[in-house]
Amino acid sequence: MWDYSDKVKEHFFQPRNAGVLADANGVGDVGSISCGDALRLMLKVEPDTDIILDAHFQTFGCGSAIASSSALTEMIKGKTLDEALKVSNQDIADYLDGLPPEKMHCSVMGREALQAAVANYRGEVWSDDHEEGALICKCFAIDAVLIEDTIRANELCSVEDVTNYTKAGGGCSSCHEGIEEILAKVMAERGESFKPGTPAKEEAKPVGMTNLQRIRKIEAVLEMVRPQLKRDGGDIELVDVDGKTIYVNMTGACAGCQMEALTLQGIQQKLMEELKEFIKIVPTKAGALSRATCHP
Amino acid sequence: MEGIYFDNNATTRVDPAVVEAMLPYFTEQFGNPSSMHSFGNKVGLAIKKARMQVQELLGAEHDSEIIFTSCGTESDSTALLSALKAQPERKEIITTTVEHPAILTLCAYLEKEGYKVHYLKVDGKGRLDLDEYKKLLSEQTAVVSVMWANNETGTFFPVVEMAELANAAGAMFHTDAVQAVGKVPLNLKDTKIDMLSVSGHKLHAPKGIGVLYLKRGTRFRPLLRGGHQERGRRAGTENTTSIVGLGKAAEMALEAMTFENTEVARLRDKLEAAILAKVPRSFVTGNPDNRLPNTSNIAFEFIEGEAILLLLNKFGIAASSGSACTSGSLEPSHVMRAMGIPYTAAHGTVRFSLSRYSTEAEVDRVIAVVPEIIAQLRKLSPYWEGDGPAAEPEKAFAPTYA
Ligand SMILES: Cc1ncc(COP(=O)(O)O)c(C=O)c1O
Ligand code: FES
Repeated sequence: MWDYSDKVKEHFFQPRNAGVLADANGVGDVGSISCGDALRLMLKVEPDTDIILDAHFQTFGCGSAIASSSALTEMIKGKTLDEALKVSNQDIADYLDGLPPEKMHCSVMGREALQAAVANYRGEVWSDDHEEGALICKCFAIDAVLIEDTIRANELCSVEDVTNYTKAGGGCSSCHEGIEEILAKVMAERGESFKPGTPAKEEAKPVGMTNLQRIRKIEAVLEMVRPQLKRDGGDIELVDVDGKTIYVNMTGACAGCQMEALTLQGIQQKLMEELKEFIKIVPTKAGALSRATCHP
Repeated sequence: MEGIYFDNNATTRVDPAVVEAMLPYFTEQFGNPSSMHSFGNKVGLAIKKARMQVQELLGAEHDSEIIFTSCGTESDSTALLSALKAQPERKEIITTTVEHPAILTLCAYLEKEGYKVHYLKVDGKGRLDLDEYKKLLSEQTAVVSVMWANNETGTFFPVVEMAELANAAGAMFHTDAVQAVGKVPLNLKDTKIDMLSVSGHKLHAPKGIGVLYLKRGTRFRPLLRGGHQERGRRAGTENTTSIVGLGKAAEMALEAMTFENTEVARLRDKLEAAILAKVPRSFVTGNPDNRLPNTSNIAFEFIEGEAILLLLNKFGIAASSGSACTSGSLEPSHVMRAMGIPYTAAHGTVRFSLSRYSTEAEVDRVIAVVPEIIAQLRKLSPYWEGDGPAAEPEKAFAPTYA
């Protein structure tokens, strides 16, 4: 069974704004019946102010598709169209306290339905540029199409390259076989053959930074977040740096809890921004960064 | 509330008598059956007994035809890889489009390795075309692998007849009988089936134990080489507790065979008939005239299966679905697609699979709950209007691909 948050369950069991909106003046139908997820979003927009007075949905889809639709309608009601269009996929997922990686596309669908409905209201034609492939990397919710396009655009030739450009493969590494297959296919198109062990295209470590400088930077980032953690009765310390893996020790109130994963994700993001490279943060005690969902 | 478990094709509960039979082999009978001392000896005898219990359930001629493995998947892989290794001059495999991933994923891999795999198509009721099969059999065929009963719809394939045809063409015949063993009387000694896969957890034995039946004289190449366990055909210290459990479960399955095919079938039929009568736009998938006694797979049009399962789960009812979302893939069940079931119905398929522990009260409860759930979800569906599907549903809602 999927690891749905309570918020997702709540919106699925008691969907808000479900059903037909009789006097809708903007309607967006998106989704794919072959994938089993499709959504009709109906908006009632006040013409003078562009404010969304009401929003309803009808969804053919799974639990998270219904919950994402319900969340979206709640999020956009009362907003102007331009404000509503700023709602991102991540916002929808965050509103629901997160979605399993396999289900992130449900939030994408919500956003696209919104674009389609707004276009319909404005008398424009909406065309979607989104193409979805099979999920390859569960750790980072990266699908085959994105990996393929990135390999093609940047003439990548190693799994490490793919990780540097898309994050895919940078976690548990179980998707490396899948990434290698895509590499082999795309490289064949450009007349090359994939060779395991090819060095990464770019040295991920920015030139000019010594190991010591790098570790100091990492420590500086951790120092920045410590006050916040301490306020919550916790703490973090650097244990070791092994290439792209940064080991830390989480202590106190939230070691091992769900919050730890969230916190670590935030810190990982900050570190990546500061170091300008892809890194992975790994807690050395109980609790893991990625709680991959498991289903028979 | 005690849950209602109608997902016995996914796995079954271990029978308490099976647990009881196993327990001593965790504690006092912990010896290694290969050891010379008496710690090992008793365990060796227990395995021998289990082998005979399985032999009897399968109707195998010799107990040495039973090889214990770690699961159904291992048995499937061992069978196909052995057939290819043992006959290097033959480069083709014949299987069906509706096999379990244990066969299909392996075959996709073997194609990359240069083997030719023929996938037999099925019709709208999930039936094979034997003429197509006969045409494909040749001197190139190393092995034919066709499941005994499909795990999603329960539909049977004519494996006994197909094995005869394979045999006549000089090809080996393997069947994934994971769903059939324990529910269908078997008499392998009178067939030309060379290899057959069993998985313990589908017949009230534990998970992680399987059997590969290997007809005496069938050429064989082991998957795991090492010690002399299983006569060198599957090395690795035996999973003694689970083997003992599977033996006991096999004995009990044989005793319950008539019950499965009468009482369990009656409950299944009652469930199915009542749901079809109460829920508009629903239909049975597969071949209702020729299938496992415990399985009913029903398509509910215009809604999605995972959503159905979540609501069923809220009522304490466990079933499974062929929707894409339940497996995290982009397409609904390959079995439904192979039968040409449209997407709007394929995503809404629900498999109810009963067992000899299912009760009339449970069936009545599910009959009472399902129509409400379906109606509730259809209210959310863009294909549905009021009490029925929108006029020309595919036109009323034609979303942009996103
Ligand atoms: C037809 C079929 N084959 C193979 C398997 C795999 O068996 P196991 O889980 O023991 O590997 C299953 C179980 O899901 C099955 O239904
Ligand atoms: S699945 Fe890609 S790194 Fe874990």
